[in-house]
Amino acid sequence: MNSGDPRNVPRREAARLVAGKGRYTDDIDAGDVGHIAFVRSPYPHARIDRMNCDAARVAPGVIAVITADDLSAVCKPWETRLALLPTHLSPEQIPLARDEACWQGEAVVAIVAKTRAQAEDACERVEIDWTELPAIADLDSAAAEDAPPVKSGMPNNLGLDHGISTGDPDAAFRDAAAVVEHDFTFSRQTGVTLEPRTILASFDPRVRELVVQHSHQAPHQMREVFSAQLGLPLSAVRVVAPDVGGAFGMKLCAYPDEMAVAAIAVLLGRPVKFCADRLESFVSDNHAREARVRGRLAVDTDGKLLAMDVAVLSGFGAYASHPRGSAGEGLQAVHMIAAPYQLAHYRGRVRGYFQNKVPSGILRAVGQPLACTVTEQLLDLAARKIGLDPADFRRRNYTDADDKPARSAAGIVLSQLSLRRCHDRLLALMNYDGLRRRQTELRKEKCYRGIGFAAFIEQTGVGPQLYGPQNVRVSAQEACRLTVEADGRVRCATSVTDQGQGTRTGLLQILAQELGVAPDTIEIVTGDTQVTPLGGGAWASRGVALGGEATLRAARRLKSNVLTIAGSLLQADPASLQLQGGVVCNAAGLAQMSLADIATTVGFRSHLIPLDDIPDLEVVESFAPRNTPYIAANGIQAAHVEVDPELGTIRVLDFWVVDDCGRVINPMLVDEQIRGGVVQGIGAALYEQCIYGADGQLENGSLADYLVPMAGEMPDIRIAHVETPTAMTTLGARGVGEAGTVGAAAAIWTAVNDALVPLGATVTEQPFTPEHVLDRLALAGDQPRPT
Amino acid sequence: MKAPIFTYRRPDDLDGALALLADHAGEAQVLAGGQSLMPTLNMRLSSPGMLVDINRIASLRGIADRGEAIRVGALVRHAEVAESSLMAARIPLIALAMPHVAHMAVRNRGTTCGSLALADPSAEMPAVAVALDARIVLNKRGATRTVSARAFFQGLYQTARDDDEMITEILFPVARKNQIFGFAELSRRHGDFATVGVAVRARHIVGALDDLSVVFFGSEPAPLLSPGARDIILAADCTDTTLADAARAMTADMEPMDNQQGRGETKRKQAAVLLQRTLRDMLGRARIRSSDV
Ligand SMILES: Cc1cc2nc3c(=O)[nH]c(=O)nc-3n(C[C@H](O)[C@H](O)[C@H](O)COP(=O)(O)OP(=O)(O)OC[C@H]3O[C@@H](n4cnc5c(N)ncnc54)[C@H](O)[C@@H]3O)c2cc1C
Repeated sequence: MNSGDPRNVPRREAARLVAGKGRYTDDIDAGDVGHIAFVRSPYPHARIDRMNCDAARVAPGVIAVITADDLSAVCKPWETRLALLPTHLSPEQIPLARDEACWQGEAVVAIVAKTRAQAEDACERVEIDWTELPAIADLDSAAAEDAPPVKSGMPNNLGLDHGISTGDPDAAFRDAAAVVEHDFTFSRQTGVTLEPRTILASFDPRVRELVVQHSHQAPHQMREVFSAQLGLPLSAVRVVAPDVGGAFGMKLCAYPDEMAVAAIAVLLGRPVKFCADRLESFVSDNHAREARVRGRLAVDTDGKLLAMDVAVLSGFGAYASHPRGSAGEGLQAVHMIAAPYQLAHYRGRVRGYFQNKVPSGILRAVGQPLACTVTEQLLDLAARKIGLDPADFRRRNYTDADDKPARSAAGIVLSQLSLRRCHDRLLALMNYDGLRRRQTELRKEKCYRGIGFAAFIEQTGVGPQLYGPQNVRVSAQEACRLTVEADGRVRCATSVTDQGQGTRTGLLQILAQELGVAPDTIEIVTGDTQVTPLGGGAWASRGVALGGEATLRAARRLKSNVLTIAGSLLQADPASLQLQGGVVCNAAGLAQMSLADIATTVGFRSHLIPLDDIPDLEVVESFAPRNTPYIAANGIQAAHVEVDPELGTIRVLDFWVVDDCGRVINPMLVDEQIRGGVVQGIGAALYEQCIYGADGQLENGSLADYLVPMAGEMPDIRIAHVETPTAMTTLGARGVGEAGTVGAAAAIWTAVNDALVPLGATVTEQPFTPEHVLDRLALAGDQPRPT
Repeated sequence: MKAPIFTYRRPDDLDGALALLADHAGEAQVLAGGQSLMPTLNMRLSSPGMLVDINRIASLRGIADRGEAIRVGALVRHAEVAESSLMAARIPLIALAMPHVAHMAVRNRGTTCGSLALADPSAEMPAVAVALDARIVLNKRGATRTVSARAFFQGLYQTARDDDEMITEILFPVARKNQIFGFAELSRRHGDFATVGVAVRARHIVGALDDLSVVFFGSEPAPLLSPGARDIILAADCTDTTLADAARAMTADMEPMDNQQGRGETKRKQAAVLLQRTLRDMLGRARIRSSDV
């Protein structure tokens, strides 16, 4: 699409990765590594009465059999606490369950063996006597007055109760011309990565140093965690994230089984490795999204939004995800409501409950898709009720934050938005009027097509105001260290990490341009706490927005240092010099000396430089948005679907996105981020679902039964950009990693429900299975005769 | 997801394979394309003591014209069946159904006979075999027998095959001139096992379709041949209402299971829709054919 655009630099590592030359954690050699397999609880909630590991200990190849008691010597228990949300109190955790297992899949015993197969064989020889305890699976059971606790000793299962109120919503509802309401069920999902969670930990007892190779998004966070739990100084812990094959937020938390691996390395003083297999991924990777929402919207006769009232029930699983907690999904679900719109009166309330299920945590766009879906679906219902076109209705209500900063009814900080421009661009891109005409014609032939919109705000480049006040030790800055090597090549060590997004390439482009060197003379180093400066890694769409800004600043400083040195060597005013293609040129544009010449002089012959203080050829810059909690981006998406009302199936025909992520560094990478995000949103709306029985057993924990979206079902996703550079950085880029996911499910919701209008039905449960569609149609009592 | 320990044997001829199956009955399992077996081993859902890899047995290869029937050997991959012009020309129902079987990569390894042996309730080939009344050839040491597909599938992953027997080939009867076929299934994503599906064979007589073999699959423990279908004659110019009634009558024979894909009753409704659409399409094709004559 953008093939002629010189900004479309392909990812440098892509060729290597598709050639099978990835260097993922599992590919890293370590001498005499012990392979770990876990015995996991088969029950959602059970007491461990007796454990016999004797047979496992003598099984072929077994190096060690490790239980909770063994690890207590090296690993402290932890508690996940958020300072400002004291109700989000999760029971104390240890790496392996000791007396009680609280979800099906919780690790209980670790077997270390010479091969993974031998470890699995030995797992089958561990005998555990269990007493099943009452399990809490669904949200209603968790919330019930007399609900048994998810873990013994907990006072109740409520893990979050948070409300927000703006204006006078009651009065606004009372006086409104029209009020609509809708119920929403969001199923549990999980982030299915190509590369599973993997960790290789080595501890050298001679110097008491721990090195962890970790398929993770935030190595600096994990260094904090390992250091705290294992009682090692930060400087004795090195966390390295090599190639990482997808993460989606799922690889942001400190998993107890991974903590066990690091602790076992310390305990045994030898390298140990754990690579989650697909089956255990389903019962141990964080889940997300489980929620039920009831939303109401009041509008006046002119089609202005008046008030919203939204109540969210959010499911946490057995423990809060460490260290960030599990409250984010529910909080975002109430706080991102109506973020793109003007709204004076709002009430939001979220309650979250612990359950005997896999802990929930971060998944791309955290809660924002829920808020977007609720908002957009209610808007459509209201537009219909007062007889306005849904596109027109949205346009009348967009927030006015283009020229002056604004705050949404639920407190979202907005500035320099472009919703109306994105909107107009989208309608043109999709030929909206033509689609509506065609829709009307086809309805006469009993062909039910729907057009759905989702305008969205995406919180990107989230800064220290999120976790800082919560006392959670997660760095929100991004930093860049640039070094000119003596051969003139430039090393860029960045705190940003890359799990396939291509952030490294974006940084490379910024650096090449700002510094004035050829891209192929730059090395980008990521994900090694020993080498890269402190920073967040990859979360909340920060790589280019924040990491790019740090890179830009470092590049400018380095360039100034280089030109100062060159000026003194050339006896020229540094301001008259330029660095181009790695060569210093004079005012006339003539090449004077190369970066290699300068670095060699500084490194080996600095006596020749006529300066008292030689500026460094290694500089570090960091950046965090400190005056604003995040940099909001915006956009709008639209879906075109066809519903088969007899079979209940849904086909996505087309999809469009107009996004404003500020300055676009590499359109190809940006577009693919959006597409991937959209596909995940479509997956949420149509396919993905962790199906739990009322007894708390996960019933579809394999890729045969858990449906991820596949290429064959995906529409072409057409993308356009509006570029409004943010003034919060010099670079001007906003984030884009979650944009697609924030709005895509919402666009499918509104499109499907638009298709169902003539049949008098609406869908309410995500994913929209054929059965759900048929049930809703049957309920509407308007099922058409087969045609 | 590492398989437990097992003994691996790869005999070069059929006798060798049958001997192993006889000597280790109940313990030895045939390894054909491995597309279903290997995952169950790796997930430790099954742990056979021995795998008898039949991939080196040349006599099990090949699609052959046997006049009244076409022979598909135990080592013929789904992909070979799909690409065979002989099959496409003479057994049109297979051509209709095969694109629904998994994805290319799986079809390249998975065997059609393996699919019959496995008897997954949602698999397409068992349903096709039942609709066509194919014959399945079973060998054991010293004995051969042929079982009608209509008697072969007995329940959820249950077949008439004994532990020491192997499917060596399947014989698909070739289509008669006046036969006409239809196939449809509902699956959430392309290539997934079917939630519910129908495979249909009918006879085209002047102005009507009769002699219907209607098989429901996916929803049932095993492919279900509708007994009611036999008595139904569909006039070429029948109305949508007649068609809907006929479809509903045939789905009354179903005993659809409740599972993650939905409640049985939902599948019955969906089967009726699929069947009605399939029959309408078949009637349309029959009309075109008549006008050709
Ligand atoms: C991702 C995926 C999607 C799939 N989707 C579909 C689908 O949509 N529809 C569909 O029909 N199938 C599907 N399959 C299954 C595929 O078609 C299988 O390959 C086939 O069903 C089994 O054939 P196989 O040769 O691989 O058998 P194997 O896996 O080798 O064996 C399967 C079982 O049959 C036995 N067996 C095999 N051959 C014989 C024989 N000749 N005699 C006796 N026993 C034998 C084995 O012992 C074993 O128990 C899918 C598979 C995968 C991995």
